[in-house]
Amino acid sequence: MSMLHTVNKSPFERNTLKSCIGHALPDSAILLIEDGVIAAVRGTAHEGTMRDAMNGRKVYVLGPDLMARGLSTDQVIDGIEVVNYEGFVELTEKHDKVQAWV
Amino acid sequence: MSEPWEDEGPGEVKKFMYVNRKAPYGTIYALESLEVVLIAAAFEQDVSMVFIDDGVYQLKKGQDTQQIGMKNFSPTYRALEGYDVEKLYVEAESLAERGLTEEDMLVPVEVMSRDDLARLMDEQDVILSF
Amino acid sequence: MKYGILVNEGPYQHQAADTAYQFCKAAIDRGHEVFRVFFYHDGVNNGTRFAVPPQDDRNITVRWTELAQANNIDLVICIAAAQRRGILDEGEAKRQGKDGNNIAPGFRISGLGQLIEAGIQCDRLLVFGD
Repeated sequence: MSMLHTVNKSPFERNTLKSCIGHALPDSAILLIEDGVIAAVRGTAHEGTMRDAMNGRKVYVLGPDLMARGLSTDQVIDGIEVVNYEGFVELTEKHDKVQAWV
Repeated sequence: MSEPWEDEGPGEVKKFMYVNRKAPYGTIYALESLEVVLIAAAFEQDVSMVFIDDGVYQLKKGQDTQQIGMKNFSPTYRALEGYDVEKLYVEAESLAERGLTEEDMLVPVEVMSRDDLARLMDEQDVILSF
Repeated sequence: MKYGILVNEGPYQHQAADTAYQFCKAAIDRGHEVFRVFFYHDGVNNGTRFAVPPQDDRNITVRWTELAQANNIDLVICIAAAQRRGILDEGEAKRQGKDGNNIAPGFRISGLGQLIEAGIQCDRLLVFGD
């Protein structure tokens, strides 16, 4: 089973997402949570980075954190799947280890 | 006094990796991460420490905290060997980005490429990031 | 499955404690066991019963206590981190000669070994931090 990475920082503030992508193997998954959800939005300066990251990897974003920040699911980059907390738990069932990029 | 985990017997050995990405002193993460590793050593698990991004500064030679009034805990990294914590991996790219080399490290480390580290992370059972 | 949770940030200051709580609740709803939540770094501040958040806000400590009591979760505060930050139970207060204790119901203070033990025993160990 492959790894699930979580990222909770905005790419505008820290290099956490970049570091995560640099260490996430091609078959792994990335879940954006907390301020990390900002990277899931279409049309930001980091969209290119996000699209590169999606090459081979599955990317998810935590819906409740998007909504809390006034961002809607239809603003999310195509191919990024929106999940709720239950979906977060499901991801940890499917992936046998979780690495938090904090 | 017997601790509950001692009743487990020899049992399984899991691979624990401690990922350090923050410079020392600005926040307490580096120091308290080190404290976890020192305790973890007693559990006879497979322990490795990884230093990436600003975490490489935790191992920088010549730390002198006298003027900031904080305890210099960097000598503790030298004690890790005595606790049988011998797998210290430092990321080559993180060193290079910061103009550092293996020579700047205060303990013997294994410098590893980002790709190799990514594969090593994937082999772990438990990853604790600080 | 059996989950272990590590919370590394204090309540209100950072979302980590909230996300960890929502995750635990969702995991329990899906039929999993949350074996232990370990509070480290400023995360130990989740366990003070002296906090008085505004009436219209969530009470993070009370929420942990209630979740733990309803689902038999072991809430463990790291003793080393707690001592630095003034989180005390009755025994610690006595030992340290302090005039009172502030630990909330359902929490207990213990060593870092409890974190490692959770890593060994649980199917998953998740870190929520900064």
